[in-house]
Amino acid sequence: MNNISAHPDSDGFYGDYGGAYIPEMLLPNIQELKEKYLEILESPSFIKEFTSLLRDYTGRPTPLFHSKRLSQKIGCSVYLKREDLNHTGAHKINNTIGQVLIAGFLGKSRIIAETGAGQHGVATATVCALKGLECIIYMGALDIERQALNVYKMKMLGAKVVPVHSGNKTLKDATNEAIRDWINHPEETHYIIGSVVGPHPYPDIVTRLQSVIGHEIKQQFKEKNPGKNPDYIIACVGGGSNAAGAFYPFISTDETQLIGVEAAGKGNETSMSAATLELGRPGIIHGSMTILMQDQDGQITEPYSISAGLDYPGIGPVHAWLDAKGLVKYLSVTDEEALQAAKDLTVLEGIIPALESAHAIAALYKMNFRSDETVVVNLSGRGDKDMSTYKKEFGDE
Amino acid sequence: MNRIDLLFKRKQNDILSVYFTAGHPEINSLAEILPALENAGVDLIEIGMPFSDPIADGPVIQKSSQTAISNGMSLKVLFEQLRNIEFNIPVILMGYLNPILQYGIENFLISCKEANVSGTIIPDLPLSQYLIQEETFIRNNIHNILLITPLSTDRRITDLAEKSRGFLYAVASSATTGSSSFHNADTSYFERIRSLNLKIPIIFGFGISCHADFIKACDWGSGAIIGSGFIKLLEHIESRKMDYTRTIADFVCRIKYGNSIQK
Ligand SMILES: Cc1ncc(COP(=O)(O)O)c(C=O)c1O
Repeated sequence: MNNISAHPDSDGFYGDYGGAYIPEMLLPNIQELKEKYLEILESPSFIKEFTSLLRDYTGRPTPLFHSKRLSQKIGCSVYLKREDLNHTGAHKINNTIGQVLIAGFLGKSRIIAETGAGQHGVATATVCALKGLECIIYMGALDIERQALNVYKMKMLGAKVVPVHSGNKTLKDATNEAIRDWINHPEETHYIIGSVVGPHPYPDIVTRLQSVIGHEIKQQFKEKNPGKNPDYIIACVGGGSNAAGAFYPFISTDETQLIGVEAAGKGNETSMSAATLELGRPGIIHGSMTILMQDQDGQITEPYSISAGLDYPGIGPVHAWLDAKGLVKYLSVTDEEALQAAKDLTVLEGIIPALESAHAIAALYKMNFRSDETVVVNLSGRGDKDMSTYKKEFGDE
Repeated sequence: MNRIDLLFKRKQNDILSVYFTAGHPEINSLAEILPALENAGVDLIEIGMPFSDPIADGPVIQKSSQTAISNGMSLKVLFEQLRNIEFNIPVILMGYLNPILQYGIENFLISCKEANVSGTIIPDLPLSQYLIQEETFIRNNIHNILLITPLSTDRRITDLAEKSRGFLYAVASSATTGSSSFHNADTSYFERIRSLNLKIPIIFGFGISCHADFIKACDWGSGAIIGSGFIKLLEHIESRKMDYTRTIADFVCRIKYGNSIQK
């Protein structure tokens, strides 16, 4: 047991990574959040409402399922943390519920968010409907075309979906546009960022809100295996929020090996990958010092993955730090490997995973486990949003 | 002495600063635009270093940055171009931190010095992080200019004024560049700045696009910066194949005096 915590210092740094590289225009908002977030998150009234919404609205705790047929195939004990069973179909709602409550404490009446695949957008639109707040979602014009179902869900939930035509018209550009909106509407607006990215204190806020996943894993695993922690926890990493949440209570235990899985797209040797830690260099994206994919001039490049939730050119600064410290092992999985894993899980267990989560499943095949070892895979979301991709890839027989 | 300080020693009022993006509309446009601006009697020039993700900029500067990058503009190319042009007025480079970090901060400042650049404006380098680098800027005689906004507290404005070098850049409204017009700006902010009796000159920027805006900025401070308005003019010049020198001189006249004396 060592004394490492997944929290940044008071300036928002995890070692060399993190911080708040923001224009002066955003300073008052970021300063306010920085001064108040811990007090809010630790206040009894926040805890009470957050806990009760997670239970009665989202459906937590999500089950920890001993996946017997997959275990047999892999040759060890595999457990699935069923984040796919959350309301709206992914872990994203843990964060949006927490942040919409924070907005309430700050007296903000207008909510903005960015979204890539639309999962975070739907989760944000959902909590805004729940709280009766104005909701504006920025989404790349290209992603709007690719994710028609989620776009309609957001609209039906009462959100305004703003297409972003700048840059490459995807997640990175939607995030830029959300930041610009915040600069232009600083006083009444709260920005609900969708992962452990962005300027301090966002990475810490989102990590803390998602840590409910890890705390439940710890308790549920002990119920099934008295006195023990899992030998491995595996989670996919886009920005890194489901992974940060699942890893959180285990960072300082040597008992559990943590594994983060990035998307390798068509392979890290091609130009079509999203494996940031493998292909990136230190730099600044969206107000945070972290590892990011960029060209030699420091222009941020567009990543690729079949999974819209994993194609972010940066990674949360906490992961850049965990990687540098060797506290988490990161690997990457190609489109093809993820698709195969999605098919296997569907056939073996009757669970159709989100493409993002299928990357975490695929990592099981890349490891050598002893038969007495235990592995928890964080199944971050369900496959509903990906059915057209699956249909296209697997055919219609 | 730094050229920015020399300028303010000579002239305290009616300072006109013009911004354009390096590599836009064409990769070599700077070679025409910079001398044209200097000849037209502009006091200060800000050259944008294009970045893929300019979070503090509105659509006009975003688009010019994107064009510049696809034209092949980079810090390396920019410094090469600047070293090959003669100019005597202060030039300030404005842009985001990541390309500078990849170039190396110290290297960047040395290249600035070699290219006769006098200052920098780096919106996503906040005061706390700038202070870590301050000594390197000062050692290379590059003035880093800091921004204040209408939401900055008096205390913050005083801190920024103390650390900004050359002048203090007062963003006129809480907005991205080009998004709102200066004549609607809240004068209580201007009064607040005035009441602080800052020792450093104040230049207003964001949303300034006409003579009336310029006059108002000069009433409340030492002058103004025009960005998006000038970029739009460049696009107009480019699309109609107009003459840079004449059109820019005319534009500057209209901003400064309210009418064109060219025709
Ligand atoms: C189901 C699912 N898993 C994972 C992710 C990736 O995000 P993060 O790395 O922040 O968990 C997303 C993002 O959209 C998602 O929808």
